Amino acid sequence: MDLQIALLLGQDGVVNGAIYALLALALVLVFAVTRVIFIPQGEFVAFGALTLASFQVGRTPGTLWLLLGMGAAVAAIDIALALKSGARRRIPQIAFWNLVYPLLAAGLVFFANPQQWPLALQVVAALAIVVPLGPMIYRLAYQPLAEATVLVLLIVSIAVHLTLVGLGLLFFGAEGSRTTPFSEASFDLGGIIVNGQTLWVIGASAVLIVVLYVFFERTLYGKALRATAINRTGARLMGISTVMAGKLSFLLAAAIGAFSGVLIAPITTVYYDTGFLIGLKGFVGAIVGGLASYPVAAAGAILVGLLESFSSFWASAFKEVIVFTLIIPVLVWRSLTTHHVEEDE
Amino acid sequence: MTDPILEVNDLCVSYGKVEALHHVSLKVRAGEIVTVIGPNGAGKTTMLSAIMGLLPRTRGEVRFLGEAQPAVEVEHMVAMGMNLVPEKRELFGEMSVEDNLLLGAFMRHRLGFRDERETMEQVFAIFPRLKERRQQHAGTLSGGERQMLAVGRALMAKPRLLMLDEPSLGLAPLIVREIFHIIADLKKTGVAILLVEQNARAALQIADYGYVLETGEVALEGPSDELEDDPKVIESYLGLGGKH
Repeated sequence: MDLQIALLLGQDGVVNGAIYALLALALVLVFAVTRVIFIPQGEFVAFGALTLASFQVGRTPGTLWLLLGMGAAVAAIDIALALKSGARRRIPQIAFWNLVYPLLAAGLVFFANPQQWPLALQVVAALAIVVPLGPMIYRLAYQPLAEATVLVLLIVSIAVHLTLVGLGLLFFGAEGSRTTPFSEASFDLGGIIVNGQTLWVIGASAVLIVVLYVFFERTLYGKALRATAINRTGARLMGISTVMAGKLSFLLAAAIGAFSGVLIAPITTVYYDTGFLIGLKGFVGAIVGGLASYPVAAAGAILVGLLESFSSFWASAFKEVIVFTLIIPVLVWRSLTTHHVEEDE
Repeated sequence: MTDPILEVNDLCVSYGKVEALHHVSLKVRAGEIVTVIGPNGAGKTTMLSAIMGLLPRTRGEVRFLGEAQPAVEVEHMVAMGMNLVPEKRELFGEMSVEDNLLLGAFMRHRLGFRDERETMEQVFAIFPRLKERRQQHAGTLSGGERQMLAVGRALMAKPRLLMLDEPSLGLAPLIVREIFHIIADLKKTGVAILLVEQNARAALQIADYGYVLETGEVALEGPSDELEDDPKVIESYLGLGGKH
């Protein structure tokens, strides 16, 4: 291996690592706030990428049907509950987000022909369809079980994951898709070619990480999410409802997932089930951070990306094996260095 | 007499088949300190949790600000102006004192108020020690400072009714005196206070009215100076020396 190959592999590793880092952050966030190990995180990557790809080939993305269907289900449940408990003033808000909003989105997609739109607008439309699925999934699958154990929530996660992968196959078919890159530019940096999309991935990931940092450190809602993660009872006594915190964290996780998908769609072919493996690698990164530390999780994810790209050069057949084997020394190291704290529930 | 801010009628709470609270009724009026004293395990914390909506009630009614509160939902009670300082404090240990206080005003912020900075200055005026420690993590505070932060955090919500669960628990006598002094002062701001205490002597000294809770039932009630002279209370809770 010469320097040029090393640089090339390094570049590849950092790009993938940046995506894994975003997903790792989302996983840590969802787990800290709701104790849900969010296996379906990867499906948002695939849904984001494939929804955008559908727009570009002039097809109606199936995720739109999912948005309409889940919105109707959430609205039916929440309006029935609101009527039962006498909280009628909540109904307009429930109806808007779960019925009117999906219908508006559907109307736009049908009548405005997104294939003609500029790329930026297509990206916004793809996110607008996929991201609300996050809080809806929380409402339907997790909220009724908010007090369940971590293990039960994990089982639910696996069920949600399998359902979404199945729906992905139904919506998008078995063929993979690629989208047009954000930028066709490429640069020659000391002998290696860096293309524009690579810089987009790294730059956008970095910006998103900074935005998340500012959100958690500076805004009241960000602090409220952290507070829920630290002490659920304490947060409830401040009026921070567990449901609101759960929906907000799922919204963020869905946004991070879908946005990651949109970012990688021009550089890798995305299939309906691609998300799972990407999500799992983010998960390895999150485990390095003990599902608790954001910076360590992000660093771990970048390490996963680098390990993956270098092992694909030396032992490509064992690429995945090497990446996932990383989890064993990490778990050994973590269980030797951290003091076990009994779960206080 | 003004209408009570809080009126609890015939409240029962069960853990599974075990009934922990039997037919408890009590009233708290504006600007009044009402104390509930009683031994460990009498159901004092259970009672506060049920009023707050942390625990479901099996029977009975909680009227707050003149309205019956059927929905058992903590957030709703906080929005109405009821705040609980729990026995375990439940602080956000890895966050700064200032952030803990800010989060105390979370519901007010959601309801559209934007006066959290002014309220924080008022809280700092009551607890100057919190101001000195404002950048420190809550987890690094001493026991007394934690209690101050817990009370200060609840005050950030500008409550109509402040419920305090064992504020003296685990604190040195000098700090207990300081905390009780502050609670007595809070009364002047017009907030109604429901004070649950094992330290009956200190609680009865600052309270206007008192209830004695034993094995989940109200065993005795009355104005606190009468309770202080009651032979049964003296024997069980105040010990020798009586009132002073």
